[in-house]
Amino acid sequence: MNRNLFRSRRLSSILDAVGNTPLVRLERVARSAPGVEVYVKLEFCNPGGSVKDRPAKRMMLDAIEDGRLTKDKILIDSTSGNTGVAYSLVGAALGYRVALVMPKNVTKARKDITQAFGTELIFSDPMEGSDGAIRLVRKIVDENPDKYFYPDQYSNPSNPAAHYHGTGQEILDALGDRITHFVTGLGTSGTAMGTTRRLHEHSRKIYCVAAEPLEALHGLEGLKHMPSSIVPPIYDKDLPDEILSVPTEAGWDMSDRLAAEEGLHVGHSTGANVWAAVKLAERAQKEQGGGCVVTIACDRGDRYFAPMKWEKRYTW
Amino acid sequence: MVTIRIPTPLRTLTGGEEQVKAPGETVRAVIDALEKNHPGIKDRLLDEKGVRRFVNLYLGDEDIRFLDGLDTKVKSGDEISIVPAIAGGA
Repeated sequence: MNRNLFRSRRLSSILDAVGNTPLVRLERVARSAPGVEVYVKLEFCNPGGSVKDRPAKRMMLDAIEDGRLTKDKILIDSTSGNTGVAYSLVGAALGYRVALVMPKNVTKARKDITQAFGTELIFSDPMEGSDGAIRLVRKIVDENPDKYFYPDQYSNPSNPAAHYHGTGQEILDALGDRITHFVTGLGTSGTAMGTTRRLHEHSRKIYCVAAEPLEALHGLEGLKHMPSSIVPPIYDKDLPDEILSVPTEAGWDMSDRLAAEEGLHVGHSTGANVWAAVKLAERAQKEQGGGCVVTIACDRGDRYFAPMKWEKRYTW
Repeated sequence: MVTIRIPTPLRTLTGGEEQVKAPGETVRAVIDALEKNHPGIKDRLLDEKGVRRFVNLYLGDEDIRFLDGLDTKVKSGDEISIVPAIAGGA
C-alpha cells in the first residue's frame, strides 16, 4: 500500500482505525542474532491502545449481527484492563452499555481509562487474580441472564477469529514468504490461536510458538500460566509448535531495554514476547544461519505506571 | 501467630489452604517459618535481593515496601497477604 495514502487515511468511524498496525524491525535488542530479522507488530497503535481492540470489536459486531447484543442489554465481562478499555471504546462508539469485573488490584490507570468511557466497574478479590474475576462475572450473569450480554473472551470464537482474519493476514501481507517464526504470549490465547491458525495455512511452514510465564506466581500482566489457571476453552494446546517459558525478570528487563534502546515503551507482556522472539532468533541464527521472527507489542508501558513511592495511601 | 493469605497460584504449596498461620516477629521470620511448613514458598517470594520485584507483600492494607520491608515488625493476630500480579488475557 502507498505509505502516504495509508498514513493519511480518512475514516468514517473510530472502529475503522482498529487493525492495520505497523510492523517495526528491532535492531539493537536482537543484535545477538545479526542474521535474523526480528519484527514487532505495534498493536498499541490501535485506538484503544492495545491488541484487545481487535477481539473486542469482532466479538461485539458479531453479537450485534446475530442478536446476542442488543441496546437493552449490558455487556459484561471479566478483564484485567485492555479488553475492558476496548469494550468501553467500542461500546461508546456504537452506543452500548458496558460493565466490567476486574480484580481490585489492577492499576488505577486502568480503572480511570475505562470509567472515562462511562463504563461501570465491579471489583473481585485481588487474591483470586483473573480467575476470581471470571468466577464473579459468571455468578452475576447467572443471577440475571436476561440483563446481560456476556461475550466471555476466553471461550468466544470471535476472539481468535479477529486475529485469524486480522493480525495473521496482515503479517503475511507485510512479509510474505520472508517470515519463518512467530511467537506471542498466552492470555486468553486468542492472539496465539488465531494468528497461528492463519500462519499455519501459509504455503511454506512458519514455526509458531506460544510463550507463557515460567511460574504460577508471576509478574507478566496479561499472560496466563496455563498449568495453574482455568484453561480458556478457545485454547488448543496442540496448535503451537512449541511452548516457551519466560521468567518474569527476563520479560521485565526486555521491556526496559525496548524503551531505552529501541524507543518502544511497552508493557511487560511485550517484554516477554520480544524476549521469546530474540531466543528464537538466536536459535534460527545458529541452526539455519538466518530467518525472520515476528512477535506482538500488546500495549504501551504507560498503562502500568504504578503510584510513586511517596503516594503511600494509594489503592490499586 | 500471624495469618498469611495465600493467593491461588501458591495454594499447591499449602495443600489448597487459603490461609495459613506462622510464628515470627518480623515479616522475614514469618516467611522463614512458612518455608519450614511449606517448602518452596520462600523461593517464590524472595530472591537474593529481598522481595521479588513482581511480588507484593501486604501487612494489613500496607505494602511492606512502604514500611520496613522484610524487617517490618509483626505481632500476633496480624495478617500478611501475598498479592499476585494480574493474569489477564493477551
